[in-house]
Amino acid sequence: MIPLSWFLIVAAILFCIGLYGALARRNAIGILMGIELMLNAVNINLIAFWRYVTPDVLTGQVFAIFVITVAAAEAAIGLALIISIFRNRETVIAEEIDMMKL
Amino acid sequence: MENLVRLVPFIPIVPLLTFAIIVVFTNRNKKLSSYLAVAAIVISWLLCMVIVFSAVAHMPQFAGEEAVHLTLLRIPTGSRTLDIGVQIDPLTVALLFMVPTVCMMIFIYSIGYMQGDPRYSRFFAYICLFTTGMLGLVVADNLLLLFICWEVMGLCSYFLIGFWFEKPSAMWAGLKAFITTRIGDVLLMLGMMILYFQTGALRFETVFEGVERLAETNPDLMFITALLVFGGAVGKSAQFPLHVWLPDAMEGPTPVSALIHAATMVVAGVFLVARMMPIFVVLAGMPALTWVAAIGAFTALAASTIAIAQDDIKRVLAYSTISQLGYMMMALGLGGFVAAVFHLITHAFFKALLFLGSGSVIHGVGSNDMMEMGGLRKKMPYTFWTFLAGMLALAGVPPLAGFWSKDEILAVAFVQNPVVWAMGTIAAFITAFYMTRQVCLAFLGKPRNPEIHAHESPPVMYVPLIVLAVGAVLLGLLGVPEDFPFLGPLLGNPFHHFLAEQFHHWHYVHLPHVGFNASVMLISIVMALGGIGLGYLIYGRKPLVAGQPDPLERMGVIWTLLKNKYYVDEIYRATVIRGAIGVADLFFMFDQDVVDRTVNLVGKGTERLAWVSGLFDIHVIDGLVNLAGKFTERWSWVTRLFDIHVIDGIVNGLGRVTSAVGQELRYIQTGRVQNYMIIVVVSVLLLVGVFLYM
Repeated sequence: MIPLSWFLIVAAILFCIGLYGALARRNAIGILMGIELMLNAVNINLIAFWRYVTPDVLTGQVFAIFVITVAAAEAAIGLALIISIFRNRETVIAEEIDMMKL
Repeated sequence: MENLVRLVPFIPIVPLLTFAIIVVFTNRNKKLSSYLAVAAIVISWLLCMVIVFSAVAHMPQFAGEEAVHLTLLRIPTGSRTLDIGVQIDPLTVALLFMVPTVCMMIFIYSIGYMQGDPRYSRFFAYICLFTTGMLGLVVADNLLLLFICWEVMGLCSYFLIGFWFEKPSAMWAGLKAFITTRIGDVLLMLGMMILYFQTGALRFETVFEGVERLAETNPDLMFITALLVFGGAVGKSAQFPLHVWLPDAMEGPTPVSALIHAATMVVAGVFLVARMMPIFVVLAGMPALTWVAAIGAFTALAASTIAIAQDDIKRVLAYSTISQLGYMMMALGLGGFVAAVFHLITHAFFKALLFLGSGSVIHGVGSNDMMEMGGLRKKMPYTFWTFLAGMLALAGVPPLAGFWSKDEILAVAFVQNPVVWAMGTIAAFITAFYMTRQVCLAFLGKPRNPEIHAHESPPVMYVPLIVLAVGAVLLGLLGVPEDFPFLGPLLGNPFHHFLAEQFHHWHYVHLPHVGFNASVMLISIVMALGGIGLGYLIYGRKPLVAGQPDPLERMGVIWTLLKNKYYVDEIYRATVIRGAIGVADLFFMFDQDVVDRTVNLVGKGTERLAWVSGLFDIHVIDGLVNLAGKFTERWSWVTRLFDIHVIDGIVNGLGRVTSAVGQELRYIQTGRVQNYMIIVVVSVLLLVGVFLYM
């Protein structure tokens, strides 16, 4: 059987890729995608811990499904925000959207 | 077979890998991408042929044995496991012969047709992914994998219809196809869920065992489930009332129309019904199957009449496809399982041929409008002769493929339900007529638009046409009825023997066996030749000249009705779409009228209350306040001194400090979201560090 740590390593790698994407991409959609990757890394952890630590109760799976649901909602809202920003400002580059300091 | 089944997973995986390789690595190299795609489909085709030929070699046993399985994945879901795998049985093998062969021809043809397109590589990546979906669907041994592949195809169809998304019409057509088929997909998913909860499995064989009990305990639910599954097929196979997306899908590149919207994806619905046949027949009286037959027959007839009045060369073929899919559904609905699958396979060959032929015409002429063509016979000889072969096959002229398969369906219909048989026969007549119209308009006469200089397509395009034409001419010989004079005993109807035993493990499945019926065959030959003759009389004897209206316009109202496709799109716009907008408006009005009014009312009330308390304020409170004020004034004179010297000192000091800190901190507030995120990440890391070392 594959040891637990392998899953955690994969999840950590995925998380780092996502983090890098969220921090380094200039395109707001890229940032959103990075966030999705991070959420999925968390999901892998949840499922791995569920399978290896508490396989009898379904908490881990259920929690992962919650995360997926929330991620879907987040993506929908995020994309809606990006579309509305694009309509107003003709850009999806994160650095050019700096209205928050006002 | 047990060993060969190990090859099966690779059939869909090879194109899937190629899709990934093209997307990630070779996207920039157009030539390499297209060659990779063709290589992938050739490998898949070879694998399929190995399986097809070994199945044919083991023939008598193979048809009678149970399906051979290979489980790939076991997914634990609480107390049960969901097995995902592949299987080979006669139905799968039959499709494994057709799908990769047609796909391969279309891939090769696309090299020529898509030449010079700015998204050339992307096109090949998409069609590779599509092929994965179709092959996966064919080999799946459970509903879940089938559904996944089904959705992959739906997605690719959306991408490819909207492939030229700069054209608004293409973009909308893609959306329309996606949303319309989604209605069917939801129904199919509901059906799948019911089957899973009632039988505890999604694997076909287990489901078929389980539905027998369900049919006894809850026949109504069984009926609804079968209808829901059929709903999925209605969406995918463009049957009435969800057929509206298929004609619009012709906005995509022509190889896509041939690949997805004629030969493979749209037959997935028929395949699903064929695959799930036991759940339709398990109820006594087979009410679900009656629906299949009714919708199929209606679609076959209605779509064929619309095809008469279309001027776009591809739209004629699109309606013809809907009509032929209706034929297949009709055959399934009457229990003619073998006839339906036979027609599915022959139709794939000649319809792909016709579409690629029309693509070749469009490539040479630069227009879709048949009124602008004419006289292409001399200029595009390869295209003309292959197109003619496809047209005769579709019209059902003996001894081409379409004749044998269509006749088998009509023979079944004649025995099972004369009304359906009559509808099918009329549709056959109309089919022959509109195909003749198409050939006459496009290829005969003189060019109607002098500005168009047509030319024959390159060999990479017409060689696939020739291969498909050979299939369209000869394939029918696999399914000649055994009691047909001379040819029958000679060929022995191998196709029927191959498929007839598909469901014999389930004792409740009784499919009718219908033999050769000379009068039905004679009538259908007369119909086919009559349709062609009438078409030639109207369009062929005196070909249209430039600017001349279609002779059928004299039909008046009927012509307008057909030209506008029975106004189904308009009806949907007036009901479904208007309805959705209406509901949205209703909520908007509720917001405006009820919610806003309530808020305003509350506001008004508050205002009044404020006025009353204002009076009280002025007369009572103010008096008290003034009195207190006087005292306070005195006292404050004392405190003022303290204030100026002590408190102000402190406050000013604080102010200065805050201002200085703010001065420094404002550099952190950049307004850029990513800088904030970095701060969050660094803080979290610091906190983690603190926790670890405490």
